[in-house]
Amino acid sequence: MSADPVLLLDHVAVSFAGVVGLADLSLHAPAGAVTVLLGPNGAGKTTAVRVATGALHPQQGRVRIFGLDPLDPAQGQEVRRRCGVVAAKPALYDRLSGIDNLRYAARLYGLQGGRSGAGTDQRLREAAALFGIGSALDLRVGGYSTGMKTRLALARAVLHDPDLLLLDEPTSGLDPESGQAVLRLIDEMAATGKTVVLCTHLLLEAEGLADQVVILDAGRDLITGPPEELVARYWPHPVVMLEAERPEALDRVAAMEGVRSYERNGGPAIVELDRLERVPDVVAALAAGGARLTGVVPRKPTLEELYFAVRRRGPSEQAAQGTGP
Amino acid sequence: MNGRWFSSRTLVIAATDLRQLRQSPDFWLPMLFLAVLFFVVAPASLLLAVGGAKDAAVVQKVAATLDVLPQRARAEVRGDDPAARTSHALAVYLFAPLAVIVPITISTAVGANTIVGERERGTGEFLAHSPATEREIYFGKLIASLLPGYLTTLAGFAAYSLVVNLIVGPKVGGWFFPTGDWWLLMFWVVPPFLALTLSVVLRLSARVTSAAAAQQSSGLVTLPLILVSYAQSSGLLLGEARSGIVVGALAWLFALVGLRRGFRAVTRQRLLGVGG
Repeated sequence: MSADPVLLLDHVAVSFAGVVGLADLSLHAPAGAVTVLLGPNGAGKTTAVRVATGALHPQQGRVRIFGLDPLDPAQGQEVRRRCGVVAAKPALYDRLSGIDNLRYAARLYGLQGGRSGAGTDQRLREAAALFGIGSALDLRVGGYSTGMKTRLALARAVLHDPDLLLLDEPTSGLDPESGQAVLRLIDEMAATGKTVVLCTHLLLEAEGLADQVVILDAGRDLITGPPEELVARYWPHPVVMLEAERPEALDRVAAMEGVRSYERNGGPAIVELDRLERVPDVVAALAAGGARLTGVVPRKPTLEELYFAVRRRGPSEQAAQGTGP
Repeated sequence: MNGRWFSSRTLVIAATDLRQLRQSPDFWLPMLFLAVLFFVVAPASLLLAVGGAKDAAVVQKVAATLDVLPQRARAEVRGDDPAARTSHALAVYLFAPLAVIVPITISTAVGANTIVGERERGTGEFLAHSPATEREIYFGKLIASLLPGYLTTLAGFAAYSLVVNLIVGPKVGGWFFPTGDWWLLMFWVVPPFLALTLSVVLRLSARVTSAAAAQQSSGLVTLPLILVSYAQSSGLLLGEARSGIVVGALAWLFALVGLRRGFRAVTRQRLLGVGG
């Protein structure tokens, strides 16, 4: 990864017609990394993408992409030429065929293929085949399924070999199988060294894909960093999952020495200890109390748990801890 | 690059819009019907009715209306009998406004939907993130809106010429149409009126929130323009010989001002549907 971020948003604020799109967003997307913007609907993910390409003008703050200012007319064109965007809705022309949609994009992005265009068409078909949509290219897009449209939109976004991919909820509306396929494709693109910014509110899809996570809420970044680092920051102590035949028997753990937090919602208990060496003591105490344990598993908190932990604490506490923006 | 408005991308945007239009017969079939009705069916019916009238009194009454024509026009009316003179006058003077109404109607219908349609379908997002400049998008949309109306009108003009020459020509000593004033009307006066109308329509299309609103407001706003162009085109044929050149020049001037102001209406924010 390069030290210079491909995308930099510095205290950006945008509002339109009285609605705040971004209140104060700062983020940076390192080169060659997958940065995942996580947040609920209305958090500002789509607005962030729009600001990044210069499609939206912020009222405050600074935006740089490849070191260029997307709001400068000449630099903005260069920025948009080097970006590939998949919008939340695939933004395809339903009356045109798949290949005509790709041709349109190819021409707007200045791809040349000789006088006949045969060279470009070959490239378009190869891109479509890469995303598993090659056989449907001559059909009208209006007849495509949601999954096919997403695949075509992805193929269109990478046609011009962009340096930065901005993907706004690309799995929205897809069945799990198609969603997984799309995520695999994104993973493959990232593996080729592309810088990817992926917006999602689906925590599971960010898991394993993100090199860096930015959690957004109400147009602000709550926390930014690699998932492992953030987890370590939020759970600096070991976490263990305990299971028992009668789960309520585990509740005694909450009052034990060395237990920093205890959480049980019906099933297994999640216990945060001050150090890992406490585990045998906890197990012994529970067994002595009559609990029949069925599982003691060291546990790494998921991105989902991190997300909810960050959102519970809120931006003011992040700042106080020095973990916020 | 900042001030660039015409490039290969302008043509790509126009060509893609036209391709979409071509693949929507539900849209262009009524427009074709309108053109055929105005340029072929209505004139042919009227001219055949006048030419074939058996009642001399009726023909005399219709011919009497020629007296209201200005001196220059009356002097140019050809034909040896009242029916022929009436047919000639109708062919040359009565249908001139059609040349304006048809292209404006068709282009307004196309133009009203062109920008708000991108927004409604969500494809505005694609254009907003693309390297196309706002001017290139605007002029691409302008060309795509202008061509259907103007080309239909040129084709209608050719069909109309054929119809009136075939029906009236034999009675007035041969083919007589188009006259010099009609050439002026078609190639000097109609294009700027069309461009002026579209500069207003595209601005509306960029600002309104739905295609339905765009159609309604465009209809209201272009009605006065249609009336003005109707009056001017009639005046061109009936008035002084050079009036057409002056009318056309003024229309071009207004059109250029309108277009210059119009391109500012198309912004990336509006393509996304978040701009005021």
